[in-house]
Amino acid sequence: MLALAAPGILYFLVFYYAPLLGYVIAFQDYQPFLGFESPWVGLGNFRDMGRDIKFWQAVSNTIQITVLQLVLYFPAPLALALLLNGIISTRVRRFVQTVVYMPHFLSWVIVVALFQQLFGGAGVMSHILRDGGYQTFDVMSYPPFFKWLAVLQLVWKETGWGTIIYLAALLSIDSSLYEAAAADGADRWRRMWHVTIPGIVGVTILLLILRLGNILSVGFEQILLQRQAVGPDAAEILDTYVYFNGVVGGQWGMTAAAGLVKGIVGTILVVVANKLAHRMGQDGVYR
Amino acid sequence: MIEQRAGRPPWMEQATLLERAGKGIVLALVSIVVIYPFITVVATSLATEREITRNGGLILFWPGEISFNAYRTIFTGGVVTKAVMVSIGITVVGTVLSLVTTTGLAYALSRPIIFGKLILGMSLMTLLFVPGIIPNYLAVKQVGLLNTYSALVLPVMINAFNLVVMRQFFMGIPQELIDSARMDGAGDFRILTKIVLPLSGAVIAVVALFYAVAYWNAFFNALLYLNDNSMYPLQLILRNYVLQRAPLPGAMVPGEESGAPPAEAMHMAVLVVALVPVMVVYPFLQRYFTRGVLTGAIKG
Repeated sequence: MLALAAPGILYFLVFYYAPLLGYVIAFQDYQPFLGFESPWVGLGNFRDMGRDIKFWQAVSNTIQITVLQLVLYFPAPLALALLLNGIISTRVRRFVQTVVYMPHFLSWVIVVALFQQLFGGAGVMSHILRDGGYQTFDVMSYPPFFKWLAVLQLVWKETGWGTIIYLAALLSIDSSLYEAAAADGADRWRRMWHVTIPGIVGVTILLLILRLGNILSVGFEQILLQRQAVGPDAAEILDTYVYFNGVVGGQWGMTAAAGLVKGIVGTILVVVANKLAHRMGQDGVYR
Repeated sequence: MIEQRAGRPPWMEQATLLERAGKGIVLALVSIVVIYPFITVVATSLATEREITRNGGLILFWPGEISFNAYRTIFTGGVVTKAVMVSIGITVVGTVLSLVTTTGLAYALSRPIIFGKLILGMSLMTLLFVPGIIPNYLAVKQVGLLNTYSALVLPVMINAFNLVVMRQFFMGIPQELIDSARMDGAGDFRILTKIVLPLSGAVIAVVALFYAVAYWNAFFNALLYLNDNSMYPLQLILRNYVLQRAPLPGAMVPGEESGAPPAEAMHMAVLVVALVPVMVVYPFLQRYFTRGVLTGAIKG
């Protein structure tokens, strides 16, 4: 039995636990040719990080995008699921489900390329505006719109997939509750309010808590692809800050420190979020 | 696919025409918003030079005249053909390796084994504390995988979410079945291949899809670990040429009568090549999604 498990265990040791040891460089003035023998600098890297304006810019952008995601993206799957649940024809429901699940499986490169085709300087929208005699501009590289655009891309890609969990919760509502409510004279809206909403409030709160646990992660690949076109002022998030200043810019120690801080804060948030979920009688991501 | 109540139950009132029309319009709009981008991409990839120039760089709905020139050019060798081969290779090898190791570990963890709790905890830890880019990069460098294709597979070989989905499924297989096979003298490996796996087609299909899509779609690992441009997989080629609008080799040079396909058509053709494999496997596996997503998301 352990022989079956061995390759998997080995994987976690070599590619998860051993890399964690690499975080020692957060406390070193890491030089690639010295490797882990680089001189120790104590908490110097953390101090440099705290003094770096670009770091705080990245924190601020990350949090702004998270907030926009919570407001614009989070309710979208719930709304679509409620709408789909109200469709009686199985064929229509299946068709819509087949269509809306699909973007989930596309890569971010493809999604961004599709958006460029629609909203870029040479895209469909500019085309239509130009034909109508209006002035056009490249939405894809316009910094003030970038955060909204990023959230819109997320909505397009993941709303359909996000409905799965709500549809399952809606399906598990005992249909005799609806029948009894109808017999008591409750109309469609009252049944929604008194049966449907209480039936899905649990899973909604659970998903909200889990999202709160991940507020520092806002889609690394997606943002990385567009950072160059938009510029770092609007599009630098924590993960791209680490990549561009560390791997590209060579400030290994300081960006390792930033990564470590992000990892620890993220872990604390997930643990707290799970505690909250348990307290509400939900399972959370782990038990 | 979620099985749902069929037809309107007797207690439910008939929806008004206005209500049904409203729902229909919203759902139709949602579907169009998802489908339309693909139409313009495919249309542009099939269009001729004359039409693209007349339309200012793209085709909105469907080209009047269809030309496969762009596809012919990208597949006559060169960067795109190479990148497609690389991506197929990584996806196939990676998915097989991931499935074998994940299945082994998930099966072992689905039975009462020594240190089972500890090993499960070790695996779930990866969902809790995500190591950043820097330590991953240093580790890959340390084991000497920089600039090799192994760096695109080994560091992401097992996904704890997929592991949990499989383990959850295997836990539903009765212990008596396994005990009786063991009584007949079968070892762990035989039990797994002859008894457990034949019962697990659904979960294997869905986990295979998740892994294959992840390998096919990944671009950042390649950007991080490969220095050599000629090794790039398709998604990175897509980023370099389509997102950054560099003309692909073999594309028509503006203002020159050469009969070569226009750059826009070639970009869109590469995009189509990158999304077709996903579109082809997806419908076959769709009915397994719900179970896969739910066991993974709720239990752990």
